[in-house]
Amino acid sequence: MTAAVEFQNVSRHFGTVRAVDGVDLTIAEGSFFAMLGPSGSGKTTCLRLISGFEKPTSGAIRIFGEDVSQTPPHLRNVNTVFQDYALFPHMNVRDNVAYGLMVKGMAKGPRLRKAEEMLSLVKLDDYGDRKPAQLSGGQRQRVALARALVNEPRVLLLDEPLGALDLKLREAMQDELKALQKRLGLTFVFVTHDQHEALSMADSLAVFNEGKIAQIGTPQDIYDRPATRFVADFVGSSNVLPPDLTRALGGPSQWASLRPEATRLATTGPVSGTVTALRYLGSGTRVVIDAGGTEIAALVPAGQPVPAEGATTAIAFEPSALHLMGTA
Amino acid sequence: MRSDASWGLKAAAIGGLLFLHLPILLIFLYAFTTEERSYAFPPPGLTTEWFAVAWNREDIWPPLWLSLQVAAIATVLAMILGTLAAAAMARASFFGRDQISLLILLPIALPGVITGMSLRSAFGIMDIPFSTWTIVLGHATFCIVIVYNNAIARMRRLSGGILEASADLGANSFQTFRYVLLPNLGSALLAGGMLAFALSFDEVIVTTFTAGQQSTLPIWMLNELVRPRQRPVTNVVAIVVFAATFVPILIAYYLTRGGSETAGMGK
Amino acid sequence: MTAPAILPAKGAADRLTGVFWRQPRLLLLLLITPPLLWLGVVYLGSLAALLLQSFYSIDEFSGVVKEEFTLKTYAELFRAQNLDIIIRTVVMATAVTLACAVLAFPIAYYAARYAKGHWKAAFYLGVMLPLWSSYLVKVYAWKLILAKEGILGWAAEGTHTSWIIEGILSIPGLEGSSLSTSPFGTFVVFVYIWLPYMILPMQAALERVPNSMLEASADLGATQSQIFRTVILPLALPGVIAGSIFTFSLTLGDYIIPQIIGDSSRFIGLTVYQLQGTAGNTPLAAAFAVVPILIMVIYLTLAKRAGAFDAL
Repeated sequence: MTAAVEFQNVSRHFGTVRAVDGVDLTIAEGSFFAMLGPSGSGKTTCLRLISGFEKPTSGAIRIFGEDVSQTPPHLRNVNTVFQDYALFPHMNVRDNVAYGLMVKGMAKGPRLRKAEEMLSLVKLDDYGDRKPAQLSGGQRQRVALARALVNEPRVLLLDEPLGALDLKLREAMQDELKALQKRLGLTFVFVTHDQHEALSMADSLAVFNEGKIAQIGTPQDIYDRPATRFVADFVGSSNVLPPDLTRALGGPSQWASLRPEATRLATTGPVSGTVTALRYLGSGTRVVIDAGGTEIAALVPAGQPVPAEGATTAIAFEPSALHLMGTA
Repeated sequence: MRSDASWGLKAAAIGGLLFLHLPILLIFLYAFTTEERSYAFPPPGLTTEWFAVAWNREDIWPPLWLSLQVAAIATVLAMILGTLAAAAMARASFFGRDQISLLILLPIALPGVITGMSLRSAFGIMDIPFSTWTIVLGHATFCIVIVYNNAIARMRRLSGGILEASADLGANSFQTFRYVLLPNLGSALLAGGMLAFALSFDEVIVTTFTAGQQSTLPIWMLNELVRPRQRPVTNVVAIVVFAATFVPILIAYYLTRGGSETAGMGK
Repeated sequence: MTAPAILPAKGAADRLTGVFWRQPRLLLLLLITPPLLWLGVVYLGSLAALLLQSFYSIDEFSGVVKEEFTLKTYAELFRAQNLDIIIRTVVMATAVTLACAVLAFPIAYYAARYAKGHWKAAFYLGVMLPLWSSYLVKVYAWKLILAKEGILGWAAEGTHTSWIIEGILSIPGLEGSSLSTSPFGTFVVFVYIWLPYMILPMQAALERVPNSMLEASADLGATQSQIFRTVILPLALPGVIAGSIFTFSLTLGDYIIPQIIGDSSRFIGLTVYQLQGTAGNTPLAAAFAVVPILIMVIYLTLAKRAGAFDAL
């Protein structure tokens, strides 16, 4: 497999702010790649480095093996679905979608036909004559998608494309996007701050923190084996255990993570605490235990007994579920 | 806080607006008076003959023509220069940005007499003879800011994303300008041009310094005010001047409704 | 066959776009150069010429301009008659500015806080139209109003209030045969002409006062007049200052209004005009024109400190 996008020690500094700081990254062709991180972590800047709206302060970026340090955005065969969609307000939906073909010199007939095809791909067959202002948020999002895809880009960049949609629509669009990506075999690079979205959609993802990549891997890797406390904190609802607690639980004196699903409640054990909170989740109940100042959550499956708030309980787990982490 | 204005405030506000508008109505009334030597109120009689008299007065047409010419050229120059300046200033911040914005504003922030006297000094020192172009030079200078203000207000409201989206979709800078920027900026530029035209057509202070012996329509009017001949004819011309400024302003307002382009900055 | 990841540049426009992308400063430079050249050469060049002229002097016998550096011309500004002109102009500008602020406030306040929908548009248009419409026509309209035989005199006679006008005209310093030849007439017309320039920035400043802030102060037990004094007025002040820049500056330099309405006592603008025209004393005219610049520079510096420019 060739690399669709490759970052080699890329930095982008704005004055003293290191928005992106020494990032190495390889995005495989045909993959659905997510960049996950809190706002200001550098993920959007990375996306803009790929599209060419930002230039690296240092380092090299390659798109399908070609160095793009001298290539302006309009010559990069890469398209973006912008966060606010950035549809052209003075054009109707069809002209919006056909825009990329028009500026490349395609004749009117063929380009409008292709635009219609693309609109039907995103299920907006009868909306060609409308202005963007007459559409709902979800419809605008589809137009933005069609407008990018009609150019047959080698890489599609999506900047928090679902951020403005309500929950139900967002979930539907997640499935649709994923299906579309599979069908087209395109490389998608997806920026989001929503860990569930990233985990459920991506083939692989990079977790950003303060301009650096904290961890890169498959969703499973990142969820099960967070490399750092930051990743564990940000990605999962994993329990983060300080070294002394890890040792008390039978591990080495090191930071570790323990998923709530792998944590059981027991009557006796090396570590116990008071139940401080209960949250009913439908499929089970999340029980939070205060173990000497560290909060540990355990997921009790539906149908099993749940302790009362204030009760004392010990915790237990399979030794293999305890995952040791670096200190960063 | 009360949700309704007090009676006094309402009266003061509406009274203030009437104060701004009523005087202009008198111009219209006096164009129809039969009394040509004084401003007697009420007019002793009404007539429409002054419109015909004005039409046949040969001394009115050359100033009118000159004013139209100057306003047209000054507007075109101001639209080009003002748009370029707005495009540059709307982009990034750069060293000297504040100084440049002050420089653009200065010709209207300082009294017209200074602009006029400055140009007059420069023409004197460089031995430049007065012509249509010396008038245009002054007018274009203070019209730049009008177009600039309109253009930059629109650019700021415009989502910056659409310019990036255009480049992202493969358009080069010229295509982006033609297909995205210009259509979205068009009405604001037109409004700026309208206001610039109105301002130039009506300008008298700077013009008296840069016109020499030439006479624009406002200069003609000024002379009539100082040494009146047929007073109602002056009113007829005043109506023409008023209409020539009023109509473009109204159009400009409708073109930029919802924005604040025409507010804040005046002549 | 898939498309290449990097498209080839087709033609000069594509290549130039690439150059602009690699060198963003270049595009900026190309855009800003023409207007900067124009303003730099035509405007700043002229201002420099003005300054230069003001350091020349006039030969009192031949009336020819001597192109030699001297401060003699500036010294002339301090002659009693010239100082009079400057002081009279500054006093007038100050009075006009204060009157504009007082008259503008209810209009701006009503438009900013109470006018809704159509009324709001009507108020906006109602202020904007007089601001932009013909200056000379507006001045002329007041000539018609203030003339002895005009509408104001007629109305005063009809309502038996002529004594008010006569009273104003008998005040020392405001004498005249009618309002249109009295300095009071000059003042009224100045106020009328520049009033919209005060209303708009004031309204803009007042519109930025959030309603919640007024409600909060009312909740805290402030009376209407306390709210006005301690909340509204300080917040409106930047707008007042922004507006006053216009009313003050425009009055300083105007020479049409005192020429048409008033007792033909001289103001800075009128003096500049007469000196460069009939008198042919361009150096002194230039020196006089520098005076409003200096006054405005001082004024703008003070205004900037008060944060007036945020309200523009």
